[in-house]
This record gives sequence, C-alpha cells and structure tokens, in this order.
Amino acid sequence: MTQIQQFFSTPVHIAIGGIYALLIVASVITYTIRRVSPGETATELSKRVVSWWWMITVFTIAVLTTRVVSTIFLALVAFLALKEYFSLIPTRRVDREILMWAYLAIPVQFYLAHVHSFGLFMVFIPVWMFLFLPARITLAGHTEGFLRAVGTLSWGLMITVFSLSHTALLLSFGTKLGHAAGPLLFLVALTQFNDVAQFTWGKLFGRHKIIPKVSPKKTWEGFIGGLVTTACVAALIGPYLTPMSAGLSAVAGAIIAIAGYLGDITISACKRDLGVKDSGTLIPGHGGILDRVDSLIYSAPVFYHFLHYFFGVWSPQSL
Amino acid sequence: MTVLRTAFFALFVRPVLMIALGTHVRGREKLPVKGPAIIVANHNSHLDTLTIMAMCPLRQLPLLRPVAAMDYFMRTKAMAWFAINIIGIIPISRGGHQQGENPLQPCIEALDRGEILILFPEGSRGEPEKLSQFKKGVAHLVKARPETPVHPLFIHGLGKALPKDSFLLVPFNCDVVAGEALFWTGSVDGFMEILQGRMAELAATLHIAPWD
Repeated sequence: MTQIQQFFSTPVHIAIGGIYALLIVASVITYTIRRVSPGETATELSKRVVSWWWMITVFTIAVLTTRVVSTIFLALVAFLALKEYFSLIPTRRVDREILMWAYLAIPVQFYLAHVHSFGLFMVFIPVWMFLFLPARITLAGHTEGFLRAVGTLSWGLMITVFSLSHTALLLSFGTKLGHAAGPLLFLVALTQFNDVAQFTWGKLFGRHKIIPKVSPKKTWEGFIGGLVTTACVAALIGPYLTPMSAGLSAVAGAIIAIAGYLGDITISACKRDLGVKDSGTLIPGHGGILDRVDSLIYSAPVFYHFLHYFFGVWSPQSL
Repeated sequence: MTVLRTAFFALFVRPVLMIALGTHVRGREKLPVKGPAIIVANHNSHLDTLTIMAMCPLRQLPLLRPVAAMDYFMRTKAMAWFAINIIGIIPISRGGHQQGENPLQPCIEALDRGEILILFPEGSRGEPEKLSQFKKGVAHLVKARPETPVHPLFIHGLGKALPKDSFLLVPFNCDVVAGEALFWTGSVDGFMEILQGRMAELAATLHIAPWD
C-alpha cells in the first residue's frame, strides 16, 4: 500500500495514473462497440486504442525515468518525423549529403534544449541551419530545383525538429520551475486529448464543415466541443502540473486546442499536396508518426512560449 | 559460423536497419516459409540483400542464399570470407563462363538442398530506384527445377538511402511489397514477361516520391 502511495506522490504520477484510467475506459467502450456493432469502423477504433496503449506506455517510461532518457526519446520522435517527411517529399539525389546535415541538427538542437540554452536553441535552426543549408547546396553547384529543395528542406526541418524540440525545452524549463515533467505532460496529454475530444464531438454532433477542401472530417461542432472540453480539463490539472493558476491553465488549454487544430490541418494540406492519405505506416490505426504529432507540431512551440512569457526570466512577475 | 551469422543479423543488421530505415513490409505472409524457393527482387543498393535477410525469421537464416557476382564479391580475401560465411552468398560468374559449364549449377544444387535463393535479375544495382530489364537467369533456373516457387519482391527506398558508389547511409523510410508466388510457365520469355509485369504491379501499389 505504501508503495502505491509513494508512486502517486507527485502530480505527474497522479496524472499518468489518470491517463491510464482514461485508457481503460476507452478500451471498455471500444470493446463494447465491437460487440454491439462489429464492422470496419469498430476494428479501426480498437486498433487505434491498442496503439494508444503502446504509445502511452513508451511515453510514460520515457518521462518517468531520467531527463536524459526523456530528451533522447523526444529527439528520436523528431528524427522519425523528419525521416518520414524526407521519405514523402520529392528530393534530389545530389542533396543526400544536405539531408544528412539536416539530420545532424537533431542532436545539437536537443542538446541545447536539454541544457536550456534558450538563446542558442531559438537561433540554431531558424538562423544557422537556415543560412547554412542553402549555402551548402549552392557550393555543391546544383541550381536545378534549388528553390524547391531549399524550401522543402527548411520547412521540414522547422516543422519537425524545431517545433518538436520545444517539448524537450519544455522539459528542462519545467525542471527549472520545480515542476519536472509536469508542463510537458500537460502539453502532450492535452494536445492528444484534444484530438480525441475533437474527433468524438465531431462524430457525435458534427454537421458544419470548417475547411472541406483540406480536411472533410473537421467540423465546427468537433472543434468547439474539443476546445471547451480541453480548456475545462486544463483548468483542472494545470494548477497541479504547472505553475499556472486554474484560469491561466484554461486559457493555455484553449490555445493548445486551437494550435493543435491548426497543426493537424497544416499536415493534412501537406499530405494532400503529396497525394497520400497517411504520412506513413508506423502506428497501426493512426498512420505515420507525422499523423500522430501533427497537432503537437503547432501546440508545442505555442504553449512553450505562452508559459515562457509568464514564467520566464523576463516574465512580468520577475520584473 | 551459424552463431556468428545469427549474431551479426540479430545484433547489428536488424537494429541498424530498424532505426535508420524503418522497413515497412507488406504481404509478409506471401514470403516462402520453407525451401526450395526463389525470392526475386529489384536491386538498388547493397542494403537490398541485408534487408531481405533481416526481415525473414532468424531461424530461416541458414536457408537464405543470396546469389551474387563472383567478380565483385571475391575481389579481396576478407570480403570473400565475409560474403561467403556471414552473408552466405552463392558466388556465380557473370558472363564469359567456359563452354559446357552451366553458371547456374551452384544455384540448382542449392535448390536441391532445399535452400531459399535471393536473386536480383537486374544484374547489377544500376541506376538507383529505376527498374531495368531483367536478365533471364531466373527463368532458366525454374526451367531446370519447375516445382520451385518464385516470390517477387519489390523494394523502394534503399537506393535513396545507400545508392551505388556511396558510403554515406542517409536515413529514408523503406517499403517492401511481397507478391504472390509464380511458377514455371513453359517458356523462358513468357515467364520473364509475367515476372516483370508482376514487379511493375507491386511497384504501382506504393507512393514513390520523385527522386532526381
């Protein structure tokens, strides 16, 4: 008994316990759906839930061990996302070496996140890699398809590595603030929760499409339902996992919902342009890794900078 | 040697391929479960052989025999040792064989021993990610042993990750699609036509990003 009490001694552990409780509820629901109305949708749904068990377990292990392990895990996610992106887009044979440089940016960026070197972290990809990659391509002397190559590589590096590395930065920032993995868990759990909430509200009440050309399944009902639910859950858990008050947490939850939605449809637009339905096949029932982290690509930087604005070194409180 | 071979694949090839490439296999159930059989694949990279061998179950490893050009793999002693003992290749001479000698004889013997041959009918790795005309050796082989199933396998992505003349392994996702097994049809040209057609069908099932 004391061991169990000891395990749930921090808000992060309690929150993870809560996530597993939700997962069990979701498993029971999908099992019931499969029993009552078996079919393709039900099978797809239970495949998704099984994948959730895997993803949440891996994430839990990564977050509850040491911060080094967590950061390496987050870097690996960024690597898989970048690899998936490079495999999907048209590339030039001559740019093989350039792609390797882009991959090498990952360890540097995540190291900077780990040591919370805020200034360097913020400029390494948007300034240094941004200038270096086109210069290197130019020095190699291949001008045919130059703009396409530079455009797609820079954007890919930004959306995968730069955006996603904010998760690791959030981890080191959270540690500085005395909340350990709390803010990271807040961000990731709410981003994914919002995806599920949007999906569920949309399935139940969705009628008015927001942007049918990009994402025919996204409806206003789903979006607003997700936003409100996420903001409510954020208000409940924010004060425990982060330094934010309940009110500020609700705002953060709403921001995460909006950013998550935008990330989702941005990756959808990208996939539509490439003519693929899913970005990959890594996660059964979900698609590729980009399909799973699409919302996080937007919500991670947005939430990080929101939190940093209020609790960073130059925050209003410290002035 | 089997231990060394198993260790090489289990501890080195599989983890490296899993992280750097993340091979996605479709139609795995269509691959041969026992020999004699022939796996026929398109050839873009040195990684082709390793990828095919790594996706088969480890206990099948002793049966897998990639057929490779003698002039390329037997250049140095070290390379020959590695190719024969660790990869388990069957070296054959390309072209210029002496009269009256069947260059496919070692392959036929391997099939008679119940082994699974891995063949690349494109001959050399050629232009990466482009399917070139197949050589007819495989048809002559099934003509000699008509009961042998031929399993077509289309691979995409490895030519981008490690093309000919490069030593820099750049991570790319890689797809492998296995098709239904083919059998001897009674004519060499007819068989080759069906095989080449089957490969094109398999290729068409994939999203292939332009690579120029």
